[in-house]
Amino acid sequence: MLKTTEALKKVQTGVQKAIGKQKARVLLCAGTGCVANGSLKIYDEFVRVLKEKKLYTTVDVLLQAEGSDSGIVVSHSGCHGFCQRGPLVRIEPLDIFYTNVKPGDVAEIVETTLIKGEPVEHLLYHDPATGKASRNEEGVPFYKKQMRVSLQNCGKINPEDIREYIAHDGYQAIAKAVLEMTPEEVIKTVLDSGLRGRGGGGFPTGRKWQFARDNKSDKKYVVCNGDEGDPGAFMDRSVLEGDPHRVVEGMMLAGYAIGADEGYAYVRAEYPLAVSRLRKAIEDARKEGLLGKNIFGTNFSFDINIKEGAGAFVCGEETALLASVEGRRGMPNPRPPYPAVKGLWGQPTVINNVETLANLSPILLNGPEWFRSYGMGNSSGTKTFALAGHVVNTGLVEIPMGRTLREIVFEIGGGVREGHQFKAVQIGGPSGGCLCEQHLDLPMEYDSLKSVGAMVGSGGMVVMDETTCMVRIARFFMEFAQNESCGKCVPCREGTKQMLGLLTKITEGQGTMEDLALLEELALSVRDGALCGLGKTAPNPVLTTLKYFKHEYLAHIQQKRCPAGECPALKSYTIDPEKCKGCGLCLRNCPVNAISGEKGKPHAIDGDKCIKCDTCIQKCRFGAINKN
Amino acid sequence: MSPESRKFSKVDAIIRNHDSKPSHLVAILQEIQAEYRYLPEEVLTYVATALGIPAATVYGVSTFYTQFSMNPKGKYIIKVCNGTACHVKGSEKIKYLVQKELGLNDKKNTTDDLQFTLETVSCIGACGLAPAVMVNDNEVHGQMTPEAMEIVLKDIKSRKDTTEAAAAGKEN
Amino acid sequence: MAKILVDNKEVELNGERNLLEVIRKAGINLPTFCYHSELSIYGACRMCTVEVEKMGLVAACSTPPTDGMVVYTNTDRTRRLRRMVIELLLADHHRDCTTCDKNGSCKLQELAYQLGVRKVRFPEKTELKPIDTSSTGLVRDPNKCILCGDCVRMCSEVQGIGVLTFANRGSKTEVTPAFSKPMAEVDCVSCGQCVSVCPTGALTVKSEKEAVRKALDDQTKTVVVQIAPAVRVAVGDAFGEKHGEAVTGKIVTALRRMGFNKVFDTVITADLTAIEETTEFIDRVQNNRNLPQFTSCCPGWVKYCEQFHPDLLDNLSTCKSPQQMFGAVAKRFYAKEIGVEPQDLFLVSVMPCTAKKFEAQRPEFSIDGVRDVDAVLSTVELIQMIQESGLVFEELEGEAFDAPLGLASGAGVIFGVTGGVAEAALRTAAGILGGDGPHQIDFREVRGFEGIKEAVVTVGGIELKLAVVSGLANTERLIQAVKDGKANYHLIEVMTCPGGCVGGGGQPVSTDGKARISRGKSLYAVDKEMPFRTPLENLAVNQMYDKWLEKPGSHISHESLHTTYGPKRRINGAEIQIENSPQAVVDVAVCVGTGCYLRGAYEVLDQFTDLADSDKYAGLVNLKATFCLENCDKGVSVKVGDKLITGVNKDTAAATFRREVDALLK
Repeated sequence: MLKTTEALKKVQTGVQKAIGKQKARVLLCAGTGCVANGSLKIYDEFVRVLKEKKLYTTVDVLLQAEGSDSGIVVSHSGCHGFCQRGPLVRIEPLDIFYTNVKPGDVAEIVETTLIKGEPVEHLLYHDPATGKASRNEEGVPFYKKQMRVSLQNCGKINPEDIREYIAHDGYQAIAKAVLEMTPEEVIKTVLDSGLRGRGGGGFPTGRKWQFARDNKSDKKYVVCNGDEGDPGAFMDRSVLEGDPHRVVEGMMLAGYAIGADEGYAYVRAEYPLAVSRLRKAIEDARKEGLLGKNIFGTNFSFDINIKEGAGAFVCGEETALLASVEGRRGMPNPRPPYPAVKGLWGQPTVINNVETLANLSPILLNGPEWFRSYGMGNSSGTKTFALAGHVVNTGLVEIPMGRTLREIVFEIGGGVREGHQFKAVQIGGPSGGCLCEQHLDLPMEYDSLKSVGAMVGSGGMVVMDETTCMVRIARFFMEFAQNESCGKCVPCREGTKQMLGLLTKITEGQGTMEDLALLEELALSVRDGALCGLGKTAPNPVLTTLKYFKHEYLAHIQQKRCPAGECPALKSYTIDPEKCKGCGLCLRNCPVNAISGEKGKPHAIDGDKCIKCDTCIQKCRFGAINKN
Repeated sequence: MSPESRKFSKVDAIIRNHDSKPSHLVAILQEIQAEYRYLPEEVLTYVATALGIPAATVYGVSTFYTQFSMNPKGKYIIKVCNGTACHVKGSEKIKYLVQKELGLNDKKNTTDDLQFTLETVSCIGACGLAPAVMVNDNEVHGQMTPEAMEIVLKDIKSRKDTTEAAAAGKEN
Repeated sequence: MAKILVDNKEVELNGERNLLEVIRKAGINLPTFCYHSELSIYGACRMCTVEVEKMGLVAACSTPPTDGMVVYTNTDRTRRLRRMVIELLLADHHRDCTTCDKNGSCKLQELAYQLGVRKVRFPEKTELKPIDTSSTGLVRDPNKCILCGDCVRMCSEVQGIGVLTFANRGSKTEVTPAFSKPMAEVDCVSCGQCVSVCPTGALTVKSEKEAVRKALDDQTKTVVVQIAPAVRVAVGDAFGEKHGEAVTGKIVTALRRMGFNKVFDTVITADLTAIEETTEFIDRVQNNRNLPQFTSCCPGWVKYCEQFHPDLLDNLSTCKSPQQMFGAVAKRFYAKEIGVEPQDLFLVSVMPCTAKKFEAQRPEFSIDGVRDVDAVLSTVELIQMIQESGLVFEELEGEAFDAPLGLASGAGVIFGVTGGVAEAALRTAAGILGGDGPHQIDFREVRGFEGIKEAVVTVGGIELKLAVVSGLANTERLIQAVKDGKANYHLIEVMTCPGGCVGGGGQPVSTDGKARISRGKSLYAVDKEMPFRTPLENLAVNQMYDKWLEKPGSHISHESLHTTYGPKRRINGAEIQIENSPQAVVDVAVCVGTGCYLRGAYEVLDQFTDLADSDKYAGLVNLKATFCLENCDKGVSVKVGDKLITGVNKDTAAATFRREVDALLK
């Protein structure tokens, strides 16, 4: 039981010492991305090979061992962010970083790196432009400009071992808060840091806490919003999977600040690994007495329950989330009353997003000035963006607020694929907007994004090149909004449905100029009239594409043409009988059996069945298929 | 014990583990669905009785969340991610491939033998590996192509054969 | 005094709960679909969106007013938004308005016209869902539903039942009973409060006008009609009368001119009910049994009691309701007196109530297939029939009811308002117990429109504790208090609808509680003007006893005026198959409905499952869990073969199983 700072420090130094005894440590990224790429197999392979060579050890062994007995520890870690190049392997203390590791590479790594201390050249990251290899992350452009605060421990520690978190200053912030600070001082520190909600709205966290603190009640709650529903964002998942104790400690700090003794962590159902890691973290913290009654021997008591979502984007909205925690349909309620006044079961409640919570312990430990030294204007600190889509490097990117879009897309992201052109970035998911070339030098922070009709949102950032049709993207988001609308208020329920209808009509080449005018009028009404934040922002993708890509809408309407060549209704496929050899490759691969023809004779495409998926074009070895 | 009675005794255990609290309704339904692979109406009526809430309320919650199904789902649930990143990287093609391979369409998403259910989901948080596919909550496949998907399906089908063969072996 | 500016007009704040109330106080009728002062704030229709300085656009219904607010209700943005909301709703609405039952009283229609929506630019709704006509009292047309949720909140918040829910989400959202079942197969008590708050034609009263017209046209039928007390103070609403004005005479004239052979008054059997019920009550008090006595005039409450409190059925008065007493008297005695066969006497009742339609069709209330009451018209249907007939109601001269079933006391009149049945009982009790001389008439303790009232009254030297409750959620609270031993009464009057029958589901729609208060007050005014005010003084009732019924509580009156009710299941549906073998020879079912569940049905089921799985019985027994064998008052019920065994508990379960199954296996 860790009931004093001394006990905590003792564990910290003990574990640090034990870890210091290891000869080396192999950290295998066990985030969802790398697991999908087979990192667990590589883990097993490392263990097998090292055991064979009698080099294998564990932290538990090291803690027990006397003297300087050494060995190599193999450990899972959270997400390193560079998912696309996974599985990722880090070797400490040699400070070597490998990408795209395969089980077959393990023996070589053990031999060359772990035994001889040399890097395996072909597993290092090579800059695609210069071909230069880089021994660690610092030489990788993807990491160079990053500044990791909320993701600090992700990729560095074993998320399933509370001792490793403690070794990395874990639970010191809460110890400092409860032993040395009043709740008001904690709130003031967070206020001074300028931390704003990282989940979308950007409301100052300290102010939210102050409201909840000011509402006197015997029972208050802290809720962690882990319902990361924005398609294209996965930083909350990475934090929960890679550093769950950080979130637990953040919730405790919030609880101490507002006077709550109970917390709920709401995690979406699509993140089973995050749920199990968080569950283990909570159990371990309880075992150590870090959660429960009289934390660090003070009057502060706090415990956390987990609630799993069941698949509803709208539950990211705080009043809907509360309804869902209470076991009801996740439908938002009008605010006021705000949750800080009347939240979970009618009690004052603070709801903070995962990333927000993960920023708290560094703020408490390093002070508000440190945090404010990053960022710009009213947006201090760092923000994690999930970079995806048509860029060379995809993954999680944490940077100080205020960096430009250009830095993210072109320097960190490595630009668009070769032979393609940058067209747009969709920021902030279904609530955000589509930005174009002219915004590349826009600083990425709350206020400037808002001024151009987008928002930081949860930080999803999907890059699109010239092959993406912007009307279709607007339609895609509207379909999403329509499916995910809770159905309560008229503007969102009916408005998104009708906007989707209009956008479908336009992408099918059936739209009129009246439809375009109606679309804009409707989008503005939904923005004005919807009940909750999600409904109000649902028209953003439409409004921003109308603003920055109107010419694409006009091309669909006036010329019945899709400039990106993406809209199925506006293209047709034919087979050139001169070039077709009748090999049957396209026929076999067509997902809807739209191609027919005898072997050896020219084939034909049935336009009614064809879904214009491009598969046949990619398959044909003779360039016989034409797209118009 | 027949499989049905085993399932039903679990239902009651689930409800008791949650102290019959209406606020745990979502979790109770999740655990019941894990047993039955869907939410049978009569079991929901029983849940309403045990929790002391209207059956209509249980129905309202069951139909709100996409995770819940009032119809039996397949043993393997294939979730094709259609988040933004996966969408722009061609997740539709993967969906078509699965539909073609399993004889499904937009209206019919479960195979008649109750082995497969195809769902499109709005983001599984593997955007860095778009397009991604998740099988049964514990298996993620990234950077998918129709060809790769075909292999994944084949692999699952072979698993099915082995588990069934094993089951048959036991009976004999 | 705190003030706000509404469209540049200063308005003082005086404890209003939200901005909408303040704006309406300022004389601006801000439109809403989902706001009802008696229901929780829902904030979904967005029609009441206004612009507030420094806040922007907000929904007035969910915004608390604060001092110094500057509010604009009629700006370009709010107008555009409101029109767009209407247009969106119309696009998703089955627009067969001219033939809709709500034509002329539909709020969507009214606001579309008022706000100048003349065109719907979105495609017309094409896919129509089936209309649910299964209920005896209500019709649910999902194609007309605008999802304002008023019915959902009414049913759960005011009536405490929660028959209706939202299902699905997004554009697939719908309002439906559990599992999309027909209304007739769920726990709906047909009170019609959902109808009374529905702004469109999505929930309407099931019409029986056609059956009545057919009977009126049929020369072989003698068509008589009875009119409930609350009807007379609501019909005038539709014809420009002052709200709540009693227009009894004109209604009589109108019905006569429409072709009814005799026009009678339900009040006479309300008087009869009061006498029978009070006689029964005095007997129970004197013998201290089955107390508290619950009134049984209200069919919504009776069904609620059958479904949710079968253990209280013995506490229910055995008296039929005034409508059904009238039916019994008319079909069994009056028909004979005028020489008409019961099947040729067509009895219509005009009721403020939709549950009365359900009551009239209950099997308890017919003999050899001939119903005591043949058709029930709601007040609204009566209004429609008067309008269809072309009668200029405003100009009719009032006429009197027909004899012999037209004479009424004031006590019977107030049956239509909360507290009235209790007061009628007290007046009767005072008469019975008080000996000769004048008795107390007015019992103001039980009057008023609060949901739960309590009174202690001394009558004939006996101190009686009474409770009067309206609204089923209030009723449930009261019952729980009684069951928990926190309250204890001799008599509990229950009316399903808030305010009593004056606020019934068959009355013309009103969006606030004011209408029912004016109607209720009007009934008390009528009572006060009546020549006699206690049932015992009603000569026509006394004649009934002399001619047909002997005396209160006699054998013959029990046979015709009293009944019994039994437990009812809440929801129809499949059973849970637990053991299902093709070779099984014995069917065993264990009830897991609420009553049995609370008595430990699961433990019984658990033991049965083990036994059915045991070597001796494996494969021989089909075991299932079923929802309500309708014997809830007697402990866990099980069924083995065709035999129903009640009162099983965990100690007797195994023995019962063995005994009964073995008997059948032989």
